[in-house]
Amino acid sequence: MTTSPMRVDSPTGSTPSGRGPVRQTRRLPRWAAAASFAAAIVVALLLGQLRDTHIALLALGAVALGTVLLYSLSRAVEGPRRATDRLTTCLVYSAFGLAMVPLVSLIVEVVRRGAPRLDGEFFSWSLLGVVGEGGGAYHAIMGTLVITGLTTLIAVPIGLMTAIYLVEYGTGRLKRTITFLVDVMTGIPSIVAGLFAYALFALFLGPGVRLGIAGAVALAVLMIPVVVRSAEEVLKLVPNELREAAYALGVPKWRTIVKVVIPTAMAGLATGVTLAIARVIGETAPLLVTVGIANATNFDPFDGRMATLPVYAYYQLTQPGVPPEFAIDRAWTAALVLILIVMGLNVMARLISRFFAPTTGR
Amino acid sequence: MAKRIDVSDLNIYYGSFLAVQDVTVSIEPRSVTALIGPSGCGKSTFLRSINRMHEVLPGARVEGKVIMDGQDLYGPGVDPVDVRRQIGMVFQRPNPFPTMSIYDNVAAGLRLNNKKISKSDLDGLVERSLRGANLWTEVKDRLGRPASGLSGGQQQRLCIARAIAVEPDVLLMDEPASALDPISTLAIEDLMTELKERFTIVIVTHNMQQAARVSEQTGFFNIAGAGQPGRLIEFNPTEKIFSNPDQKATEDYISGRFG
Ligand SMILES: Nc1ncnc2c1ncn2[C@@H]1O[C@H](COP(=O)(O)OP(=O)(O)OP(=O)(O)O)[C@@H](O)[C@H]1O
Ligand SMILES: [Mg+2]
Repeated sequence: MTTSPMRVDSPTGSTPSGRGPVRQTRRLPRWAAAASFAAAIVVALLLGQLRDTHIALLALGAVALGTVLLYSLSRAVEGPRRATDRLTTCLVYSAFGLAMVPLVSLIVEVVRRGAPRLDGEFFSWSLLGVVGEGGGAYHAIMGTLVITGLTTLIAVPIGLMTAIYLVEYGTGRLKRTITFLVDVMTGIPSIVAGLFAYALFALFLGPGVRLGIAGAVALAVLMIPVVVRSAEEVLKLVPNELREAAYALGVPKWRTIVKVVIPTAMAGLATGVTLAIARVIGETAPLLVTVGIANATNFDPFDGRMATLPVYAYYQLTQPGVPPEFAIDRAWTAALVLILIVMGLNVMARLISRFFAPTTGR
Repeated sequence: MAKRIDVSDLNIYYGSFLAVQDVTVSIEPRSVTALIGPSGCGKSTFLRSINRMHEVLPGARVEGKVIMDGQDLYGPGVDPVDVRRQIGMVFQRPNPFPTMSIYDNVAAGLRLNNKKISKSDLDGLVERSLRGANLWTEVKDRLGRPASGLSGGQQQRLCIARAIAVEPDVLLMDEPASALDPISTLAIEDLMTELKERFTIVIVTHNMQQAARVSEQTGFFNIAGAGQPGRLIEFNPTEKIFSNPDQKATEDYISGRFG
């Protein structure tokens, strides 16, 4: 009895499926699917020879043609139910393929254009005194690390404690209000967070202020709701029985949270934090208005402008100078490094949840 | 130091729902008291109100008196955390701390409360508690392994070891053997017989034979109907309850003629 909305009805209505003795059904051979699509690709290529068509159009045509071919074949041989199944399978795979197109093409393009400058100089030089060829993004990489590190220092304690309040202590209206505000914060456009941090610091230090710490505050505004959300989900997963076990030993509530709940949820919390860092590390707009850009390396977030990878990429691309190629190459390499960092963080998150999960196995 | 507990006129609520009404009972030290009764009649609720675990649920509250050796556990100024240090509890489902080793689980009561204790004293305590819970021989070679790697019955005995390691005066057990095989069940029953030399034990069970085997006193809880509060119908020496109970309802329940 499946009445799920996912069900796809065959267009001609369903044939009564044979109960009783097992019906012998004719099946298409295994290679039928591959053959249909191969045929479709051949047809598409031939058509492409005849008339000059864009490769994307040809690919689309081949997929559509292959689907139609397979469906008709299957319908003729296997009957409508299996044909519908095959049609749905084709549609699902095509949708997946379509979703992968932007991702794959983006990565291919960034790697292709960013790889040439992915050299030692890029990681060890700043742009100080560099005109034209050479130069690197050492200052921007360091700036990104410093500012993201500060952001994490600000956002993780606040986010974690908020989540702990919501899960362990909160009741009634205050809890609902905080949950609502966190939801609202999740939706704040990043430029608004940047303007907020800028306005905050301009209030004290005068207009035109550019500080690493202001960027960290802006990013923290974006990061806190992400941390709260993920930590909340993870803390809720800690079974209540463990809390009760600790209470029954005469352990006070706060100590139960610190020594039992948090260690049990540690893997999930660390994963959530890592993903939250990955989420903010590529932010450009808020850093553009709060931190600006610099050509020299500056480790001090409380003193003046700093370079960060996304802003670096932005300026190298929009103000490349003459001749422009070298700066544009650096922009692509900066983008590539950023992608590598984010991927690294994601891999780290997976490793953390794999290795630090409470061992349940025998 | 086993202690005696006197409960008088106890009403237990979940929010506005009266779950257990008007319980008055005396629990003797150095004995096993069994609580029996149909599902949903409030046995667990009553048990949890003895060590003030009931009130950790939002909206849950208690009226009446629970007096342990002269001290009202619900009196003003009594810290529920202190009460729970004196009255340990073993739950129906084994709940060892999954992040801790077997050793750390037994030591948890002290460790989590930051008791200062030397390594050798702690080793001794862990061994004594595990021996007390009849688990020592099975785990002595893998004390550092995660507790979640034990079988269900071993986990339950680990939880008992964890509970007795803090040396409480009273031990509450909520269906400690309901998820266990007959052999583990027997091991836990033997254990109760040993432990009652030192502790006051209250056990909830659905197993009549178990109640008859291990307990000196038995209380029968019943419920008049859905939504009604549970009540303590009869409280008598176990032999009397199982041979010649005062109440017709008790006899019906025990002999399986239960509506
Ligand atoms: N957390 C809770 N919130 C509200 N009502 C509850 C809660 N826990 C139990 N109750 C209600 O209190 C009554 C007694 O429940 P309790 O768990 O004490 O029964 P029990 O005798 O232990 O049953 P069992 O033998 O099935 O364990 C039941 O009507 C139950 O629905
Ligand atoms: Mg129960």
